[in-house]
Amino acid sequence: MFRNVAELVALAEKDSIKIAEVMIRQEVEVSGRSREEVIAQMDHHLAVMERAVERGLEGVVSRSGLTGGDAVRMQRYIEGGRFLSGETILDAVSKAMATNEVNAAMGVICATPTAGAAGVVPGTLFAVKEKLRPTRMEMIEFLFTAGAFGYIVANNASISGAAGGCQAEVGSAAGMAAAALVELAGGTPAQAAEAMAIALKNMLGLVCDPVAGLVEVPCVKRNAMGAANAMIAADMALAGIKSRIPCDEVIEAMYRIGAAMPVALKETAQGGLAATPTGRAIAARIFGASAASK
Amino acid sequence: MKYKSVFDIIGPVMVGPSSSHTAGAVRIGLVARKLFGRKPTWARISFYGSFAETYRGHGTDVAIVAGLLGFDTFDERLPNALEIARAEGVDVSFSAEEAIPHHPNTARLRIGDDEGELELVGISIGGGKIEIVELNGFALKLSGHHPALLIMHNDRYGTIGAVASVLAKQKINIGHMEVSRKEKGKEALMAIEVDQPLTDDLIQELEQLPNIIQVAKLAD
Repeated sequence: MFRNVAELVALAEKDSIKIAEVMIRQEVEVSGRSREEVIAQMDHHLAVMERAVERGLEGVVSRSGLTGGDAVRMQRYIEGGRFLSGETILDAVSKAMATNEVNAAMGVICATPTAGAAGVVPGTLFAVKEKLRPTRMEMIEFLFTAGAFGYIVANNASISGAAGGCQAEVGSAAGMAAAALVELAGGTPAQAAEAMAIALKNMLGLVCDPVAGLVEVPCVKRNAMGAANAMIAADMALAGIKSRIPCDEVIEAMYRIGAAMPVALKETAQGGLAATPTGRAIAARIFGASAASK
Repeated sequence: MKYKSVFDIIGPVMVGPSSSHTAGAVRIGLVARKLFGRKPTWARISFYGSFAETYRGHGTDVAIVAGLLGFDTFDERLPNALEIARAEGVDVSFSAEEAIPHHPNTARLRIGDDEGELELVGISIGGGKIEIVELNGFALKLSGHHPALLIMHNDRYGTIGAVASVLAKQKINIGHMEVSRKEKGKEALMAIEVDQPLTDDLIQELEQLPNIIQVAKLAD
């Protein structure tokens, strides 16, 4: 059993195996289920993610009307060819938004690690699919690797916006995706940990301030930027860049920041963007004036 | 370790929009439904903390009712749970409470019918995972992820031992167990999480033990 990133990396290095394999073996041991069953369940979760991205790219609108259609808008922009950053990264942005737009529309998604942050991991995976041409098993492994890092964050810090702010949700997801991207691209377990550290460091302090309490604004766009952050962090780690602060200490810092964060900025819809004049006006439009004045 | 499985992180597969406020809420409702053992005819649901502030936006109200109807987190009927409950004659009401709870995502459920009532407090700790922290006035800690037994009994010597013996005879391993009572010698509660499935025969055997008042099964 690994309790932190240092132990996870050491386990992978000791047996010269992928982080994904460490996670699969642990899951088999803890659950008492067979390796085939565990892999089949992850395959099912991958299929749910794939369907959610497809549905989002067909175009959805949430019940409130606040979100939907941006994933499609981004795909059209990519097709226009006049983008400033890069095609793969924008594809990740689009597919992350696609997933969260489906989530906001009360569609079926796979939480990674939460529903509010569900776009980052699949967004990056399906964006690099064309470039890296992974097998189905490698895509499943991507999810186990992401899961291994998320498991550590969940047990040592938090993956809940109400407990730790958005840094605990989209921040964790970006770190998980960055690490999994590194492994899928052929990087070492240590490089995966560096990518996680770099991605999470750049999400520290991010508050959870959903307008009207809905998982829509700014969640959909935070997933977009979480995916972009993950891609850059993965590239940085693959380039050999290291985090001066070890990954486990970054996770610890995230936990402490979350604990110090005022309640108004932890999924209560009382502060931040939710408390702006426009945020309050949207809440009033959806729920009536009494809800907005709280 | 609060989280044991990779599928707590890459999962659950669920209807959006929030794992803590929607999927977790479904699971709190489902636990209440399983403990009650049948569909209630009424439900009074109180929200605290973040749940109280944002339950309408996240569909927490819809989700808890979906759980009470027996729907799981990925059930596509979930968004229509309030309409379905109304059509099936379940009277539900909600209130947002001002009291500051120990955990920000807390819900208190009182459900019942002509035969009885049940009161339960659940918290949603993130990623769709929940804990049940109170049942009928007793404090407890159940993850809701393992088969579990809740046994109301009289606080007498040998009762806990007798229950453990029955489980041992059936080769059922106890993973977690809590005992609590309101007052010495009065009504007490055992909450037992186990590793193996619980059969109806086992429940009947437990019910026949001396000093046992009620046995409720909570399958995973």
